[in-house]
Amino acid sequence: MATPRVLVLRAPGTNCDVETAFAFQLAGARAELVHINRLLENPSLLLRYQILCIPGGFSYGDDVAAGKILAVQIQHHLAEGVNRFKLAGKLILGICNGFQVLLKSGVLLEPDPRAGLPATLTWNDSGRFEDRWVYLGVQSSRCVFLQQIQRMYLPVAHAEGKFVARDEATLGRLQAADQLVLRYQTRDGQDAPHQVPYPDNPNGSMANVAGVCDPTGRVLGLMPHPERHIHPTHHPRWSRGEASSEGDGMQLFRNAVAYFR
Amino acid sequence: MLWEVDIYPKPGQPDLTAAAVARDAADLGLAEDLAVAAARGYLIQGDLRRADLQRLAEELLADPVVERTVVAPVGDPLLCQSPADGRQPVHVLPKPGVMDPVAQTALSAIADFGLPVQAVRTLKKYWIPSLAEATLRLLISKILANDAVEQAIIGPLDFQHLEVGSAYRFQLVTVPMRRMDDEALERLSREGQLYLSLVEMQTIRAYYRQLGRDPTDAELETLAQTWSEHCSHKTLAGRIEYRDERGQRRFENMLRETIFAATNRIRRQLGEEDWCVSVFQDNAGVVRFDDRHNVVFKVETHNHPSALEPYGGANTGIGGVIRDPLGTGLGARPICNTDVFCFAPPDTPAERIPAGVLHPRRVMTGVVAGVRDYGNRMGIPTVSGAVYFDPRYVANPLVYCGNVGLIPREKSHKEVRPGDLIVAVGGRTGRDGIHGATFSSAELTSQSETVSGGAVQIGNAITEKMLVDVLMVARDRGLYHAITDCGAGGFSSAVGEMGSHIGAEVWLEKVPLKYEGLSYTEIWISEAQERMVLAVPPEHWDQLHALCRSENVEATVIGRFEPTGRLRLLYDGHQVADLDMHFLHEGRPPVVRQAVYEPRPSEPLQLTADAERDYTPEVLEILGSLNVASKHWIIRQYDHEVQGGSVIKPLVGAANDGPSDAAVLRPVLDSHRGIVVACGMNPCYGDLDTYWMAASAIDEAVRNCVAVGADPRRIALLDNFCWGNTDRPETLGSLVRAALACHDMAVALGTPFISGKDSLNNEFRPQGADEPICIPPSLLISALGQVADARRCVTMDLKRPGNAVYLVGTTRNELGGSHWARVQGLRGGQAPQVDARQARQTFLALHQAIDAGRVRACHDLSEGGLAVAAAEMAFAGAFGLRLSLAAVARQTEPGVDHPAVLLFSESNTRFLCEVEPQHAEAFEQTMDGVPCARLGEVTDDGRLEIISPGGTAVVQESIDVLKQAWLKPLDW
Repeated sequence: MATPRVLVLRAPGTNCDVETAFAFQLAGARAELVHINRLLENPSLLLRYQILCIPGGFSYGDDVAAGKILAVQIQHHLAEGVNRFKLAGKLILGICNGFQVLLKSGVLLEPDPRAGLPATLTWNDSGRFEDRWVYLGVQSSRCVFLQQIQRMYLPVAHAEGKFVARDEATLGRLQAADQLVLRYQTRDGQDAPHQVPYPDNPNGSMANVAGVCDPTGRVLGLMPHPERHIHPTHHPRWSRGEASSEGDGMQLFRNAVAYFR
Repeated sequence: MLWEVDIYPKPGQPDLTAAAVARDAADLGLAEDLAVAAARGYLIQGDLRRADLQRLAEELLADPVVERTVVAPVGDPLLCQSPADGRQPVHVLPKPGVMDPVAQTALSAIADFGLPVQAVRTLKKYWIPSLAEATLRLLISKILANDAVEQAIIGPLDFQHLEVGSAYRFQLVTVPMRRMDDEALERLSREGQLYLSLVEMQTIRAYYRQLGRDPTDAELETLAQTWSEHCSHKTLAGRIEYRDERGQRRFENMLRETIFAATNRIRRQLGEEDWCVSVFQDNAGVVRFDDRHNVVFKVETHNHPSALEPYGGANTGIGGVIRDPLGTGLGARPICNTDVFCFAPPDTPAERIPAGVLHPRRVMTGVVAGVRDYGNRMGIPTVSGAVYFDPRYVANPLVYCGNVGLIPREKSHKEVRPGDLIVAVGGRTGRDGIHGATFSSAELTSQSETVSGGAVQIGNAITEKMLVDVLMVARDRGLYHAITDCGAGGFSSAVGEMGSHIGAEVWLEKVPLKYEGLSYTEIWISEAQERMVLAVPPEHWDQLHALCRSENVEATVIGRFEPTGRLRLLYDGHQVADLDMHFLHEGRPPVVRQAVYEPRPSEPLQLTADAERDYTPEVLEILGSLNVASKHWIIRQYDHEVQGGSVIKPLVGAANDGPSDAAVLRPVLDSHRGIVVACGMNPCYGDLDTYWMAASAIDEAVRNCVAVGADPRRIALLDNFCWGNTDRPETLGSLVRAALACHDMAVALGTPFISGKDSLNNEFRPQGADEPICIPPSLLISALGQVADARRCVTMDLKRPGNAVYLVGTTRNELGGSHWARVQGLRGGQAPQVDARQARQTFLALHQAIDAGRVRACHDLSEGGLAVAAAEMAFAGAFGLRLSLAAVARQTEPGVDHPAVLLFSESNTRFLCEVEPQHAEAFEQTMDGVPCARLGEVTDDGRLEIISPGGTAVVQESIDVLKQAWLKPLDW
């Protein structure tokens, strides 16, 4: 298959859809913006696509909690379709609000029948929305999207991005399973096992977790925005000569496309 | 049954809300270490079982990983079990009728669970340890609840159901105006919140006497809205007799003869090259961008609502201004926001705050949160702004919100046609904001809060985001002929304006309502947010309706544009208004206003004799002064990168925290063409001379754009005048004088004004006081520049040791109104002037140098002059800087050689430029004919060192110390 098709899901309040689709296009995919209502009317629409991407934004205003309403909609109406999509070996990416949706809907980490969801994304320790650039280290080669990436420099822009596991045991299990794939670092590359201090870890996430993948490595959720660093002039210090010819986020989209080549 | 779900942080999880309350209580001196606990909650009304509620709590409302819930019917003692001993609950709820977006979303989400739910309201619950009654009241009124929109209930909730409105019974109301005497007219104007002048009321009375009938309430309200200062700008666009030291001048239309006239002259001079598209006619100004697009820009103020309810006021301020470009032409896609605020210092002692006024710290945090929550949710980067502090803003904070949009060139004009359907799209209509337009034309008093509570609104950004999404599709499919926003005056202004040349008939009972009980007049003048009005040809209605429905956006036909020249309103077939469009739009009586400007006798600013000394303490003090200090606490709360076009961010430099002069972004993702956004403002100069204040603000806005690389031949300007009560001739005179400067500067620089707005009567009369508190003259100039290739832009941070540093521009003895004079407590002196001819030449030459890649860093000199600009460049770049003042290009005049002048003068049109040694010659050649001198070089020792012409080290300090002084004051 030459050109994978990407469904970039729009819901009321989604707002990073256009630039995310642009990044996928630049990477060689064919990206289409699809409103959640179209998918609810016709869940089999998913079958036409190889990649499902839930982009950043404030779906349904993040009213109740960030990503929660869209997550519940997916649970109630699209769980089967999304599950089949996963089982068919396709890719799912959730960025920022998309990560919150994937996590809270159980698409990313399966809930325990009794104890519920293994983890959540909750309010930043600072108690407010913050836009700042962070250094990220890739911890394992498990995730399809992060192949050949060691480090990335990307912006975060969120209020509810603090990763919290249900308990230490759950965190340990996810770590052992190589699923805590993306971690906040200091500028000089320090991270686990220590808690990276604010603002390098911008929200107080446990184990400095910035991104998580499912056991197959084909579903990834991350708080930072790779689509906001695809062009050299996106780098906050490009005028100081610190940018490369291509933004750090671009490889993530290329990896997704390459997976189908 | 009415259920309550309370949601608490689980043990071990931080209680962020409680921590914030405790911090605010300590800041205001109410209580130290207040051991408060907080919950958020929902009141849910419906025929539900406990198990349903448990399920909702677990699966929808709470996050079980970090939260625990308490579920019970309202009134159940379970809800009032304190999490710790000796605390009592305080509930805070939105008042009935106040927008509660979270409740709306929750309502439909609960319905999606298949549960029969009737109404939802959110609440906040605080557990407060025992406090003195008075302290508790203060805590509630100052921190927990804003009485304008929220109610606080101490102790258990005791109501059984949620208010959902009661039915309205039609009754036509006429106002017996024909037999009213002048006194009765004035009373009617005031008590009916019409805020019309006696002459205007008399004109209306005469008109109806002639008609032989009395007006209906809807007619009178329509006239009041349309003739309001907010909607018609009758003062500035009116007749003015102006007198200053140069003589008399009579204006028939002041704005048209000053600011618009400058634009017209520039456009004539440009001829074929004219890049203005639509100026001063639509909801926003439009200029050419590239082969396919135009850019649209508008800045509005939302001052009065923000004074009463900072969060809601700023929230709807940004929401409202986004609808201006959206309502321009056939609708522009919003691409960035700007925000500029004026507050009293946040550390003002509580006892110095007049009664009926919110504390500036609360105003500031509320306003910032309001802009943040709306702008971020809309997915529009907020990229540029400024904050100014002055005690005179204590009761009248200023909130300027701007929005830039991008529009296809062929979609830049609109035309309503007879027979078009009047279609309301977006949010529903409620009682929110009734009398907002007339209210904003009134002076605030300590009673304003109670009189005008209805004027306060809360926005719902997602409704507006959904609206933008469908409108962009509808626009591109050509489904409507015209669009405008429902802003001040609601439908009355929007429909009245759109139909002014044709005529319109409106069926008010068709308007979708948030709740029952609104009268036809309330429907007509409600300023409920997130609504637009379209003129839709009947053949496109089905398609438009289907499109809107496909994304859950409500669209309703509420009338038709009829070629009658009349505005007819019907409610269920009853005629409730029938107004002549001509009288409505042209019938306002012309008033000649007096305006006087008397130049103040200028007293010289006394400089001390001990010139050769260390000025470092003053540099630190200016860096740490509120106007200059870093605004990162605000900037980082805004998403300034969404939409993926960010090129130069508001914070730049080695640690991403230096103050950028302007923001640059690429609105078209596959193009390198950029827009540049910046502003200029300096209320301090207005106390000396509003002409030079205005000229300085324009110079500052333009030089901020040029400093990052904007082409000075493509910079469009916006004016926003916020002034005191212009009924006083001297107050109006100071404004006219500023407008004259706008004309002169725009023409000289070739920078056309494309849109503007004013907000007058920014005064406050404290209870029992004779004199009102009047804001300083506050003219904001916003600039929209362009750059052909954004990759050629530069930032202000120093880049490499060994590079040369030049000062461009002439330094004069201009310390009047300067920040140095401010921190030194000195009065007098001259406000900085502008040599507009030299300014234009300087901007062109510098642009050429930047465009040719000769400049590595460039920073404009503004508050604090050379010393502060040098310090900022050094600490932003994390390098040292050594400068000698001997070579500074200066005007030959007394006092100019004094080191204080060379360091801190705020003379306009000046830049510091960093140039690599191999480009020095080429740079100097490009700058030929412009004052420009090499002052020193970038060093690697991390110190700022400035040497006076006499050889004294007048500034020497480590950049870390300088940076800390600048970062700290507003690092909240």
